[in-house]
Amino acid sequence: MRTTTKTFTLLFALAIATVACSSGSLSDAETPETLNLIAHDSFASAAAETGAFDAFTEDTGIAVEIIAAGDAGTLVNQAVLTKDNPLADVLFGVDDTFLSRALDEGIFVPHESRHIGDVDVDLVDPTNRVTPIDFGDVCINYDKAWFANTKLQVPSTLADLRAHLYAMHFTVEHPATSSPGLAFMFATIDEFGEEGWLDYWADLKTAEVNVANDWDTAYYGNFVRYGGESSMVVSYASSPPAEVIFATEPTDVAPTGVIEAGCYRQVEYAAVLAGTNYPGAAGELVDYMLSIEFQELVPLTWFVFPANQKAALPQEFLDHTIIPEDPARFDAAYIAENRDRWIDEWIEVMEG
Amino acid sequence: MKQIRWGWVAVATVPTVFIGYFYAYPVARILALGLSELNFGASGVQARLFKVGWFTLWQASMSTVLTLLAAAPLTWAVSTYEFRGRRLATALVTVPFVLPTVVVGTAFLALGVGGSIWAILAAHVFFNVAVVVRTVSTLWSRIDPSLQEAAHILGAKEWQVFRRITLPLLRPAIAAASSIIFLFTFTSFGVVLVLGGFRFATLEVEIYRQAVTLFDLPLAAALAVVQLVGVSLALYLYSTYQERKTVSWTLQRGSNRRKPTGGAVWMVYAATVLTVGLLAVPLMVLVSRSFNGAFYRALLVTDPVVGTPAVAVRNSLLFATVAMGLAMIVGLMAAAIITRRKGQLSRWFDMVLMLPLGTSAVTIGFGFIVALDWPFDLRATLWLIPIAHALVAVPFVVRSTVPTLRAIPEDLRGAASTLGARPWQVWRHVDLPIVSRAALVGAAFAFVISLGEFGATSFIARPTTPTIPTMIFRLLSRPGETSFGTAMALSVVLAAMTAGIVMWIDRAQAGDIGRF
Amino acid sequence: MLEVKTIDVRFDDTQILYQASLAVSEGEIVAVLGPSGSGKSTLLRAIAGLVDISAGDIRWEGATLSGVAPHLRGFGLMFQGYALFPHMSVADNIGFGLRMKGQSDPFSEVATALELVGLAGFGERTIDSLSGGERQRVALARTLAPHPSLVMLDEPLGALDRNLRQRLVEDTHRVLRERKVTGIVVTHDRDEAVALSDRLVLMRNGQIVQSGSLAEILGDPADEWVREFLE
Repeated sequence: MRTTTKTFTLLFALAIATVACSSGSLSDAETPETLNLIAHDSFASAAAETGAFDAFTEDTGIAVEIIAAGDAGTLVNQAVLTKDNPLADVLFGVDDTFLSRALDEGIFVPHESRHIGDVDVDLVDPTNRVTPIDFGDVCINYDKAWFANTKLQVPSTLADLRAHLYAMHFTVEHPATSSPGLAFMFATIDEFGEEGWLDYWADLKTAEVNVANDWDTAYYGNFVRYGGESSMVVSYASSPPAEVIFATEPTDVAPTGVIEAGCYRQVEYAAVLAGTNYPGAAGELVDYMLSIEFQELVPLTWFVFPANQKAALPQEFLDHTIIPEDPARFDAAYIAENRDRWIDEWIEVMEG
Repeated sequence: MKQIRWGWVAVATVPTVFIGYFYAYPVARILALGLSELNFGASGVQARLFKVGWFTLWQASMSTVLTLLAAAPLTWAVSTYEFRGRRLATALVTVPFVLPTVVVGTAFLALGVGGSIWAILAAHVFFNVAVVVRTVSTLWSRIDPSLQEAAHILGAKEWQVFRRITLPLLRPAIAAASSIIFLFTFTSFGVVLVLGGFRFATLEVEIYRQAVTLFDLPLAAALAVVQLVGVSLALYLYSTYQERKTVSWTLQRGSNRRKPTGGAVWMVYAATVLTVGLLAVPLMVLVSRSFNGAFYRALLVTDPVVGTPAVAVRNSLLFATVAMGLAMIVGLMAAAIITRRKGQLSRWFDMVLMLPLGTSAVTIGFGFIVALDWPFDLRATLWLIPIAHALVAVPFVVRSTVPTLRAIPEDLRGAASTLGARPWQVWRHVDLPIVSRAALVGAAFAFVISLGEFGATSFIARPTTPTIPTMIFRLLSRPGETSFGTAMALSVVLAAMTAGIVMWIDRAQAGDIGRF
Repeated sequence: MLEVKTIDVRFDDTQILYQASLAVSEGEIVAVLGPSGSGKSTLLRAIAGLVDISAGDIRWEGATLSGVAPHLRGFGLMFQGYALFPHMSVADNIGFGLRMKGQSDPFSEVATALELVGLAGFGERTIDSLSGGERQRVALARTLAPHPSLVMLDEPLGALDRNLRQRLVEDTHRVLRERKVTGIVVTHDRDEAVALSDRLVLMRNGQIVQSGSLAEILGDPADEWVREFLE
């Protein structure tokens, strides 16, 4: 008879107790000793868990509060929408795809990092409004066991993939919904030029290439290694080292490999947000992110490559992957100008 | 000589302020921002808009109808009969509700279903069967059996009794369930993306693409308005219908479930095993993928990059408890207003409360970011998480309780008040005890919604306080067997937790109507 | 003394009561008699404060009740169909009014009330388990238990079979007299009205047609309808 009452009382008591207990920790008093760093989820969570900014706090006495803002797209949007009352002092995670938008809106103030000289000049923004922190190469990954079993040759050019045999076992991500998907589309434009790239995709379509909407689905849904039917999938150059590090049984051999052709380089930048009350300290934070100390954390924390060339790479990265010689890379302005049209044309060919 | 009833005004204030400040204001701000820059007449936009809008409407209607059909046998079994495994079955069908779409998506893909409209519809049915089973069975199990007996004696056959007596009485609950499913699927995002592909873009997908990827905030805002108008129209039709079909009947103290006999035994078990079995197929894929002790042990181990998965369990439980509390307070107050105050105003109130279910997460997320820095800067606080969850959960509390509240004969309240009960005492001694089971159904939904919510959470989560879905997402966004396996293990934990909690909340329904 | 002065009641577009007036002196029981749909129940609800009046005034002991909420009027109303709380025991139903007055455990009053209606020992029973006649008595006991200053009974025997009715009319009459209540009984049954009341008030189409004892009215019926209705 009274079970309902008891359950109800208990549920409400729990709710109220939770509210009461957590109110202390839920509201963070803002002190001038804290800098806010807004970043996309994958950076933010790992940064918070690894304590990647502890050394900075130790040196400067400034605590770093990390705010997660969804994916790279929502991150830039949030920064633009809160231009007048910014959520943070420093932003990390804008890449070439979204850079133009951020620059057009004038949400960053220039900052010249003292480590900028250690960065490959190709990555550097000449106006110093953004500072490159890392780069990652989007490349086709293949499953070694599958190719060994089928005795097929691993394709070595993008053109090889036109073959039905390859294309039907190849999964790409949708350029409209996935960042590696967009990068791979850029790589094909770079390879075949404005005149030829759509024909290439038309051929892939005829040859039954698979399209997934995001990386998770492509990798964990379609990749033969995880029970799917594709032996090749668009992923990152850092994926094979990750396969070794997160293997169930310790192993010296990566189960997957990287195809060097058709790679596209994505660069991620940090920047000081206009409207910060502490531009000096914010610049310090950006500098810290480009220091050797932080840069050497980058590979194993975020599975990307450090922008600072003096930073040493971990052994797994040296053993199990490659840094492609000449990956495709587009200028941010060029991307901003053409991206929407390219995506529409791609959709026209692939889904029209 | 109308009196202003200040007590009611006070009660109405809580949900009004909640929905006004946390929904209407942020959404209005972000839409105004977008629409102010809108440039009409861009070529091709209208055709695309029409296509997307039409598809969204079509798939939501299809999903709703299919879910109703798919859920009918189990709903019948658990409403009419008391049998071993009844509560387990209702708990199990609720599990899909919390599973992250990515997890379900990969499970569907592993089954070889994917890339078609049928996969989307199947997944929508999979996710929403629980809404029908739970919302409708609360009412069905308490219909006075003498009504059905009366019809039998008048010569009606079994199915005629169902069609002429039971079905009309159930209409408010069926309408409530349908409207929730319609809104849910109308704004479907993850399922459509993972299983359908971009070809099957819904308004929600298109809004995300325009706003986030293409930075076309004005067009996104225009799409959001189209979405809101569609949702409002559906809600308006629903509320007109609801108004007309209100029935009150002699409420039964306990449930009228009976032991199945003869042929009914087989039908009950067939309905249960078939429904639960079909829903369990994707779950089995999940369980079999997670089946490795190492993956479960990894839940307790602190991964240097993603943190300790088990901590996410604690965070999720905390958020879900707060969200449930908020949703119950706001939802019950709102339900009281909707059922006790007649007229246009309470009808509009009812509709507005449902809107968050039919508003895209992008709209709400960006709305929070632009609007909630006044009077306090709430934008980066953890409070936003349970608030956002409660916003989506309130309609469930309202929809679970309103049909039962409407069924309470007005004389019961009149009797209480002539016996000296103040309005709040009438509510506490009459409405609340009678509606308590239905309210518990709402509470269960609120809890479960919060546990499984991902879209809004990913917008506003603090990296130091991952929830289970954001943790699963973290694990799934890096390559490697352990990452994948641990994500699957955590999903199984989430599923098991949900089933357990829902059964615990349901247990309270086993007794008679509670007393307060 | 209750005075109902030319009240109108309106729901949206339909008017239910037209200029209805009625007075009940202390210790008097008045029966409002009329066919179904004549507005009898609405009249009771207006007096109880459950429906708003759009014109006129209702006074109790000379003071207007306008703006006084139902729970503050101290009247008792027994509903047609009884409106017993399905989620409470018999004792909890009967004790409800006393608890609302602030009495935490009205055990003895509940026992007295149960005895009054001849249901001693029924306190722990559930509402489901009661027969129709038993429900009628519980509803009566519940209405009387808090000692309301005015008792209103809406078709108190309407739902019962004929034999039971005859018995319960006597019981109800006895109980009302024992408690010396001031009251209004609404019914469509002439015999019931006569048996339970001191005076009849005839209603038709939302209007009060005539008032007086049965003999007085039959001696000088206001119109043809009155005569036919009372025959």
